Amino acid sequence: MDTFASLYEGFAVALTWQNLLLALLGCFLGTMMGALPGLGPANGVAILIPLAFTFGLSAIAALILLTSVYYGAMYGGRISSILLNIPGDEPAMMTCLDGYPMAQAGRAGEALALSGVASFVGAFFATWGLVFLAPLLVQIALLFGPGEYFVLYTLAFATLGGIAATNQAKSAFAAALGIGIAMIGVDTQTGVQRFTFGEVHLYDGIDFLIAIVGLFALSEVFVFLEHRGSREQGKDEAKMKIGRVTPSLSVLRYCTPAMIRSTVLGFISGVLPGAGASLGSFLAYSVEKQVSDPRSETFGKGDPRGVAAPEAGNNAASGGALVPMLALGVPGSGTTAVLLAVLLTLNIQPGPLLFQNNPDVVWGLIAALFIGNFMLLALNIPMVGLFTRVLLVPTHILMPIVAMIAFIGIYSITGSTFELTMMVLFGALGWILRKLDVPLVPIILGILLGNEMEVNLRRAMTISNGEWTTLFDSWLAIILWTIAIVGFVLPIFLGKRVKRKMKEAEEEGPLSD
Amino acid sequence: MMSDRVLGGVGLALAVFYAWAATIIPEPFSSDAIGPDGFPMIIALVLGLSSVYFVLKPDPEPQWPSLNRLAEIGFALLVMFGYAQVLPVLGFVFATIIITAYLTWRLGARPLTAILNGVGTSVGLFVLFELIFGLSLADGPLGF
Repeated sequence: MDTFASLYEGFAVALTWQNLLLALLGCFLGTMMGALPGLGPANGVAILIPLAFTFGLSAIAALILLTSVYYGAMYGGRISSILLNIPGDEPAMMTCLDGYPMAQAGRAGEALALSGVASFVGAFFATWGLVFLAPLLVQIALLFGPGEYFVLYTLAFATLGGIAATNQAKSAFAAALGIGIAMIGVDTQTGVQRFTFGEVHLYDGIDFLIAIVGLFALSEVFVFLEHRGSREQGKDEAKMKIGRVTPSLSVLRYCTPAMIRSTVLGFISGVLPGAGASLGSFLAYSVEKQVSDPRSETFGKGDPRGVAAPEAGNNAASGGALVPMLALGVPGSGTTAVLLAVLLTLNIQPGPLLFQNNPDVVWGLIAALFIGNFMLLALNIPMVGLFTRVLLVPTHILMPIVAMIAFIGIYSITGSTFELTMMVLFGALGWILRKLDVPLVPIILGILLGNEMEVNLRRAMTISNGEWTTLFDSWLAIILWTIAIVGFVLPIFLGKRVKRKMKEAEEEGPLSD
Repeated sequence: MMSDRVLGGVGLALAVFYAWAATIIPEPFSSDAIGPDGFPMIIALVLGLSSVYFVLKPDPEPQWPSLNRLAEIGFALLVMFGYAQVLPVLGFVFATIIITAYLTWRLGARPLTAILNGVGTSVGLFVLFELIFGLSLADGPLGF
């Protein structure tokens, strides 16, 4: 009952006019960003962090705004999947498979409404999962000493590539790059300069916001410049008739088992390290296909269950991904890494102590997620037509605006040319690394967690008088090491196969025509 | 193939440089068991090992854009660098009109549309962020 009392307090925090308005604004912006191809949850939240910071919002208000954007983007991704057959963000990829055929058959409105409901079911129950699971995880996390924390961070990096990673060396390279960048600046333990080479701007280290905005948002501009023209096709089709946007009860009832199964699967893959929303929606879709349509007669041709499953799955996963992020301070995906950046910007260190010291922040946030869910349902069913119109704005108008907002954000927190130049460099680096298939998320996570990881290692070593065996001498540490090693090694054998399956699913579907 | 080898080479150089930079970290007055250079050394090692892997087992060649697309990206990069430099000189509004119009044009709009989008974006963002939200954007000689 303790949980319910905390949740009640949370609602008291979230239910102020200012917070409700921010949640609404966040949901609206998020859905719009999710809907626009090329602007996903991660870069959507990233460009807003510096702004939320400079507006002087309180921690809880800023957090409510940005997590609403996060949830909203997860809802919004499906809109362009269904109407344009272009996923608005990566997790919405699977929604194309049955959503677009439904739209072609004149059932676009129905598909949008159904996927809206499925998103709601996934996100709503995943938020309940968060309510119950996070405090349990906190109990375990309280047993962690500095050594265990170091291993936990190692685990986070080892599993970040996920089961579908094809080249673990590239994940390791990216993580090392990020951690290496984090080392720049004054060493917090001894006060000596590291890797600054006398450059005053580097004394405080490189602000992670500069890296995130550059790597995620600016590199996207370069990608669009590279593919100019080739991504514009299909835009006219957004004008297609949407039809009725109320889901019929019979279809909803027909899809209910699919939504339930997918919510559970999605939530689990969200919580587990190295899975995340994309895998959540992929798993949900493939399992649903196995269960409901083993001879593949209707899936891929516009089966409503094929729309409901991945949407429930990816939204449940995005809720589940908040569990390790809040309870352990270790995000498992790119977008939650960006949310961790939000917390760190606000000077909030997530982890078990957050639940003890700032319960108002945690529970206010969770309450805001519940409220945001209802807002999103309201925004996404009757008002979905409004968001489909956003899709008609051409990329060449939109991307420059995104780039400028990124510049304004960074300029407003640093006010210096040096930092802007640095952001542009990160943008170029991001583009090159994306070309080379080096994942960007480990870099971000490295910059965010690098110092914390080092501090814990050094603390553990100090306690043990420099004895390295301290990193292996508890059961918890051994379990964590095992997961880390399995999580790193398994994709080496399975990664190619899983990736191929995901590709095949994509190609069987309408994406190939 | 080649691209990954180059990445490996660059990564290896970076790892060596990083390890060297770690050795010149000044000795602190009071040190702990592994010191300020211990962890960076581990990082340099991971960086180096993964780079060696790229050289030995490179992935298939990615699809690099054609030379003119590459030049396109290069120019955009130059314009962005330029923007960072001239922002304090020209002020937010003028600098932003130029860069937005340039990017819009290069992303495939007609010149007139590009200029309109430049002016619209710049003035719109200025009104929104400086006048309504009260952020201080870069001021030029005319005060905006």
